[in-house]
Amino acid sequence: MDTSADERRILYNQPPNPLRPEIAVTWNATRSDIEIIDLSKVFSSGNETFKAVDHVTVHIPDNEFFTLLGPSGCGKTTLLRLIAGFEQPNSGRITLGGQDLTALPPNRRPINTVFQNYALFPHMSVADNVGFGLRMLGQSRRQIKHTVTEMLALVEMESLAHRRPAQISGGQQQRVALARALAPRPRVLLLDEPLSALDLKLRKTMQSELKRLQAETGITFVFVTHDQQEALTLSDRIAVMHNGKILQIGSPQEIYTHPAERFVADFIGDSNFLTATIVHTHAESATVKLSSGAQITARLPHAMSASIGRTVTVVVRPEHAMLADQGVLQGTLEHALYFGTDTQVQIRLSDGELFTLRRQNTVGQLPLPALGTVVNIAIAEGAAQVVRH
Amino acid sequence: MARRTFALNRLPGFALIAGITFFLLYLPILTLVVFSFNAEASMSIWGGLSLDWYRAAFTNRTVQEVSLRSLVIAVSAASVATTVATLAALATTRTAAFRGQTLIYALIHQPLMVPEIVTGVALLIFFAMIKVYTGYTGLAYLIAAHSAFCIPFAYLPIRARLQTMDITLERAAADLYATPLQTFRRITLPLLMPGILAGFMLAFVISLDTVVITELVKSAGQDTLATYMLGQMRRAVTPEMYAISTLFLLLSIVAVSVFFLLSRQRVG
Ligand SMILES: Nc1ncnc2c1ncn2[C@@H]1O[C@H](COP(=O)(O)OP(=O)(O)O)[C@@H](O)[C@H]1O
Ligand SMILES: [Mg+2]
Repeated sequence: MDTSADERRILYNQPPNPLRPEIAVTWNATRSDIEIIDLSKVFSSGNETFKAVDHVTVHIPDNEFFTLLGPSGCGKTTLLRLIAGFEQPNSGRITLGGQDLTALPPNRRPINTVFQNYALFPHMSVADNVGFGLRMLGQSRRQIKHTVTEMLALVEMESLAHRRPAQISGGQQQRVALARALAPRPRVLLLDEPLSALDLKLRKTMQSELKRLQAETGITFVFVTHDQQEALTLSDRIAVMHNGKILQIGSPQEIYTHPAERFVADFIGDSNFLTATIVHTHAESATVKLSSGAQITARLPHAMSASIGRTVTVVVRPEHAMLADQGVLQGTLEHALYFGTDTQVQIRLSDGELFTLRRQNTVGQLPLPALGTVVNIAIAEGAAQVVRH
Repeated sequence: MARRTFALNRLPGFALIAGITFFLLYLPILTLVVFSFNAEASMSIWGGLSLDWYRAAFTNRTVQEVSLRSLVIAVSAASVATTVATLAALATTRTAAFRGQTLIYALIHQPLMVPEIVTGVALLIFFAMIKVYTGYTGLAYLIAAHSAFCIPFAYLPIRARLQTMDITLERAAADLYATPLQTFRRITLPLLMPGILAGFMLAFVISLDTVVITELVKSAGQDTLATYMLGQMRRAVTPEMYAISTLFLLLSIVAVSVFFLLSRQRVG
């Protein structure tokens, strides 16, 4: 019953069937990398204008699981819709495999979308939904039937092929939406918060499912989410968006351990923000003086000019700090919150700021000092990061 | 379980008052229906059950003729009105907001605002001019007048349905390589169909029923069922008219029920 991953890949990578000539040009390009060049989209209502996408430039290579991460309203959906062709940019260009897509309507872009609300056609069966794109591409009945069977197998929905969308669960609709978008073998798949409507358990299952599908099909995925955990788990690279701009692009590790902007550090994971003064600068790092007077080495964001004497913000993740006999910061132990695997310790620093550190709980560990005790905080080597504002 | 909220239908006498109200509302119509089966030619004396008046109505040449004309006009006018209304509904819901949109809404609803008698008089004069120039005196004038009059009635249910229809579905079709025409044929139209049929039914009933405009626009010998009945009633009220009215009522009830069933249906 269960075809192995290898077999599935072979099925999926069969060369595209003859396509309508007007689409074939972009479809049969040798590459399927996306280049977004200085793209802007402005909405205006009355006299007010609103920059939903603000001079975005990004390159998404072939076969990448690329994630747009940002809070609600930051322009993720708008950017996705510009790529799909539902919106026209005010300026800038989008190319796919080196060919300009900007002037093409959505039905002529070899790109498919998994919509946030799935947007399954309510008057068609599951099988007809999955086959719709193929039918529009003018494939033969036999080809369509073959591919639909294959796609339904890929998302394990064969048994419900004849149901209507209203007769299947949310998670199943999600799979059908995926199969429908994958069936025409697009060069790029766009996914707009596809998991946000699912409950936690199903979301976890679908996350690994998505990762599997991306690996097996080799299609470039552009995935939109506001869930940082989801982004960190799934992505090859993440672009963090805020107010229509991309603030930082990098691997999950880079984004998490070396956030370049205060917003990025704040949005992803927990952070301590320390005020510091630059004492020395090196190639990619600087020696900074903390409020306690102690000096530490902190990494500098790419292309940040850091003159000596300048006041900067330094980020330290809670798990990168520890209580020690000798430290770089001192303060009073104020709170300890037990979380099972770890304990969050909150310390009031001498300058009045609250510092959080996370202590892994192990068996036979020394107990925490009593609340109110003055403690020393040490910061792990290479863990401090200077951020832009 | 005791309910603490105020419920009107729990007040004493509620059912009784409601019952009486409905009874009074429908009493005249009920009388009409009952007396259409009267064996006597009287309007007040019950002489037993019979289908004589129905037989008389069905074999009456003039009744056959005007009924057929009414149907031809109603079907044609409802078709034209529904087509125009569908296009208007698409143009007012499937485009970006445009300047003068409110004015367009007002213009579409014009027949609801302009008194029917005014429209009738205007059409009478206007068509008279055309008749002089062209010499044509056929049914097209009535069909055109009814079509125009029925547009807002067809427009309302179609627009209501379009507004509840998720525009993402049409985007999804475009995303899956459907051209705008294919998107319309395979997604928009099938999902809109209940609304279109509902609009057609409403327009059909309105056309059947329109007396004022018909009376003013029709040429000689172009009576519809409604104007014919009005003419007959002026002369003498016969139980045959009761029978025709009852059948007319039945047709309306069927059409309006279909309208309600279709407009209540959910998208999908
Ligand atoms: N068609 C539109 N007209 C006007 N404003 C819009 C339109 N679409 C999106 N916006 C605005 O653009 C901003 C970004 O929206 P969106 O891209 O949907 O954000 P996200 O998907 O990140 O939540 C929002 O403030 C939203 O109000
Ligand atoms: Mg969104």
